[in-house]
Amino acid sequence: LSRIGDELYLEPTESGLSLRTVNSSRSAFASFLFAPLFFQRYEAGGSQPDGEHFRCKVLMKSFLGVFRSLPSLEKTVGKCLILLKPQASRLVVQLHCKYGVTKTHNLAFQECERLQAVFDTQRCASSLCAPARVLAEAVVHFPPTLAEVTLEAGPGGRISLRNYMEDEAERSKTMVTELCLAEDEFQTVAMAPGSRITFCLKEFRGLLSFAEASNLPLTIHYDVPGRPVVFSLDDAVLEVHLVLATLSDMESNLQPPKANGLSHLPAPSDDFTDDLESYMIAMESSAYEEGSGVPPSPTFPLRTPCAAESDPEEEEEEEEEGAVPGTPPHKKFRSLFFGSVLSPGGPGLAPTQEVLAEDSDGDY
Amino acid sequence: RFRAKIVDPSCLNHFSRVINTIAKLAKTCTLRLTDSKLYFILSDKVANGGVSMWCELCQGNFFDEFQMEGVAAEHNEIYLEVVPENLSRALKTAQSAKAVKIKLTNRHCPCLRISVELPSLSSSSRIVTHDIPVGVIPRRLWNDFREPSVPDFDVSIYLPVLKTMKSVVERMKNLSNSIVIEANLSGEMNLKIETDLVSVTTHFKDLGNPPWASEDGCQSSAQGRDTESMAEARIDIKKLQQLLAGQQVNPTKALCNIVSKRIVHFILLHEDVSLQYFIPALA
Repeated sequence: LSRIGDELYLEPTESGLSLRTVNSSRSAFASFLFAPLFFQRYEAGGSQPDGEHFRCKVLMKSFLGVFRSLPSLEKTVGKCLILLKPQASRLVVQLHCKYGVTKTHNLAFQECERLQAVFDTQRCASSLCAPARVLAEAVVHFPPTLAEVTLEAGPGGRISLRNYMEDEAERSKTMVTELCLAEDEFQTVAMAPGSRITFCLKEFRGLLSFAEASNLPLTIHYDVPGRPVVFSLDDAVLEVHLVLATLSDMESNLQPPKANGLSHLPAPSDDFTDDLESYMIAMESSAYEEGSGVPPSPTFPLRTPCAAESDPEEEEEEEEEGAVPGTPPHKKFRSLFFGSVLSPGGPGLAPTQEVLAEDSDGDY
Repeated sequence: RFRAKIVDPSCLNHFSRVINTIAKLAKTCTLRLTDSKLYFILSDKVANGGVSMWCELCQGNFFDEFQMEGVAAEHNEIYLEVVPENLSRALKTAQSAKAVKIKLTNRHCPCLRISVELPSLSSSSRIVTHDIPVGVIPRRLWNDFREPSVPDFDVSIYLPVLKTMKSVVERMKNLSNSIVIEANLSGEMNLKIETDLVSVTTHFKDLGNPPWASEDGCQSSAQGRDTESMAEARIDIKKLQQLLAGQQVNPTKALCNIVSKRIVHFILLHEDVSLQYFIPALA
């Protein structure tokens, strides 16, 4: 959750404790619902006058600080008690450790409205489910800094993941990686043929490592470009949803037409129609106007940050689009969540030069 | 046209390590393909700080299949401008692959297409393709990338164990921007740095001096030279550190040729790869 947002929303309900967060541009939302059975003891507490349970949000950093070192926690902590004291305005997290040591953390909280992304997996046209390991192995081929990735249902039951580039100019400078998985690697596949969506890889990676660690299969529900994609994990005591906004069709139109999608798959037969002969001949014979005749070299690619930027520190421009974080704009949240945050080309986002290869100290 | 395939995992691993070494030395370099060899070339432009590199591999030692066709029969070579880091990244996750194919394509723009066939639990393999944009270098520029000749050096000496040399240089790097390499024909080498506050010298002995047969019988600067006298050059320490840090395997032979106050020429030889690296002396 900390990879997505800066604030942790705690919402106790009768069906369990829900931990949620949203990113600053309102393009990523995640919720973890722990059923009462997950806990040794669970009391949702008395209802408020409005029939709802008390909700609050705390700073992610503060909450994480309590659980700082997992290995040492596992060794020393016997029990953890989480107590919400509305009257004292404190969220108490108490760790009962070995040797009679009790560590009590009092975290300040803010009251808040219900944080809920509007989504309905039933209405999603496509879904697929795979063991987390398969998806983790797929994602590893992409550079860690890659922002957006496109998931596509290709011909012949092939499911592909490809890094997304915003415009044609990038295409001649950036390395394009595409991974094809066969349908039978998935537990269920119900993808609308030719469908594709583009989403931010960063938040997805976070969920993926959780899924891998818990050994749970991951389900992906998506619809048309622009409508959010929902990633879910389910087990007896835990229900997890990650909802990410996707790029709408206008950006998707910049992708090569679907017919060419076929040629992305390595053809078993040799075909030399794409060879360089004619290109070389053209180069040899043409006279270049500029001094250097060498074609534009693959320099470092210029990349604009992921449109669904989730890191608030990096992009001040993002604040203009989403509501100011910290205030309770959750009524606005619902309307902002779909589409409007990701206007084409990300206006107002100044392109930053993001170097994908490590900077050596040399003068190259 | 160019297409090649690696099937053997240890060849793949070895090739990846060569690419990783090159990636550490140059952000962009020239890949020259002939029907028997691959070359990674960095020519001594001012942008590189005057450093140049020449790395040569025999394709037969790495590839199970290798076919190339140059521009014309009498110029059966291909010169490409590549970013080795991209190659490195593409190969990084390919280590468990069943096969790796490399092909030169020109769909939207010239690319090296690396297709990795990975094992999977399902009936069909997983295929990962990486399209790496490259620049095709026209024939009229090929002269820029000729093999550098061995300079007329004053001293030639084998390098100390690279790991040791690397850790010495790494520590010195924190103290100074430049380092002096000096060596003589008695197998002694010193690495020296000197700042306002401190000077540090590391002495190496008994390194041995490689025998060089003079090609045309005339005396080189090295012959007739007093064996105790040191030839030295002051070079950018970061460039030296980069060279040493990039080495992933211990070379079979490692030596350097020093042209006093001009240039240091490093030669690192492995079984099937040779790497030459030139670092000019600082003014």
